[in-house]
Amino acid sequence: MWKWLHPYAKAERAYQLCNTLLPYFTVFTVVSLVVGWVWGLAYAPADYQQKDSYRIIFIHVPSAILSMGAYSSMAIAAIVALVWQLRNAELAVVAIAPVGAAMTVIALVTGAAWGKPMWGAWWVWDARLTSELILLFLYLGVLSLYHAFEDKKSAGRAACILSIVGVINLPIIHFSVEWWNTLHQGATITKFDTSAIDPSMLWPLFVNIAAFAGFVGVVTLIRLKNEILQREKHRPWVRNLVSRG
Amino acid sequence: MNASHSYLQLFYAVYSKDLTLAFRQRAEIVNPLLFFLIVITLFPLAIGPEPALLARMAPGIIWVAALLSTMLGLDKVFRDDFNDGSLEQLIASAYPLPLTVLAKVLAHWTITGLPMVLMVPVFALLMNLDTQLLTATLLTLLIGTPLLSFIGAIGAALTVGLQKGGILMSLLVLPLYIPVLIFATSAIDTSSMSLAYGGQLAILGAMLAVAAVMAPLAISSALKVSVS
Repeated sequence: MWKWLHPYAKAERAYQLCNTLLPYFTVFTVVSLVVGWVWGLAYAPADYQQKDSYRIIFIHVPSAILSMGAYSSMAIAAIVALVWQLRNAELAVVAIAPVGAAMTVIALVTGAAWGKPMWGAWWVWDARLTSELILLFLYLGVLSLYHAFEDKKSAGRAACILSIVGVINLPIIHFSVEWWNTLHQGATITKFDTSAIDPSMLWPLFVNIAAFAGFVGVVTLIRLKNEILQREKHRPWVRNLVSRG
Repeated sequence: MNASHSYLQLFYAVYSKDLTLAFRQRAEIVNPLLFFLIVITLFPLAIGPEPALLARMAPGIIWVAALLSTMLGLDKVFRDDFNDGSLEQLIASAYPLPLTVLAKVLAHWTITGLPMVLMVPVFALLMNLDTQLLTATLLTLLIGTPLLSFIGAIGAALTVGLQKGGILMSLLVLPLYIPVLIFATSAIDTSSMSLAYGGQLAILGAMLAVAAVMAPLAISSALKVSVS
């Protein structure tokens, strides 16, 4: 695997890989986002109790899943960056962090918008809400640490260390707040075959989760391309790229 | 430093150096304690002086105040050594850096955490705490404050190379403090209902054990980034 991965340690190859992957990700994201949203928001049946307001799960659940998924990918990239000293992986950490933070904000805002009519409050101090909020703090910590350093090389490594410390703490935080106070409903789609959600709602939800994952991929790829170009702006290949237009 | 010293000697040398320095500038020890006292004084003024209300909130207030005053001292753990260059020498020396770091973190706890724990019985009088709750508060603080020092030192090490690291450090560290706070206050709550709270103490102890092993490694690699 190392032999196969090794060429991508070079910034130019990584940039080309981003360019190759980007069209596939974009097409996949656009198609699945349109399908998922139209299916979920227009065609899926309304809930017998919550009526149409339940439809926010087609945005809320995917963004919440992806906010955690993005954090784990960020932490994996950080481990790769520190263990094998790959600078591209550092750049990937920096590229993912704001996307994950945005997903966390979307999950929090849509959750609040749903909570107001359903629970009667924009915000309650419940375990999942609290751990999602703390996740946002962790993202913001990584971001502000990165931007506090003048020297971007140490900035990348410091951000990597912090995201690894965060990923060790995340399960502890999650279970501690779970134990502390819970109002949020339990997981409905973890048990696939005996799912507590009807297939007519489950399938559009899955399409939306895939679409959001693709979206995170697209934005991360674009950001990673930018980071690579900025970090390597004095190299000949970047100059050739720019002069070619 | 001669490489023929044992690890224990190194540990003792670093530890006693930090303590000696702190005792020569006593403000470093006294100021966090004063801060602790003032924060605790502010709460009855802000929420009202009813004894029952205070007794209900006291453990939480004491814990939040302890958390904040630990943060105050954290910036100093590596800052002076970083400024006079001795941190670089410690990193370059033949001795394992995590051991040095362990000594420094424990010295920080001895200077800030331990005096706070010792002062709590006095504050308990101010806040109308009974003996049962006081015991629980003392026990959780005794296990919890070293944990705060370990976790906080990671943030201090990451930001030591920055000019204005102080506020950034609190942003990085406070979210990581949340589990400690939750388990500690849950132990105190349980004790207020006269139930056994050994479970929460055991979890705090387990977190301390993990932090004592893992945090020095994270702190050392963070220090290497900050110094390079």
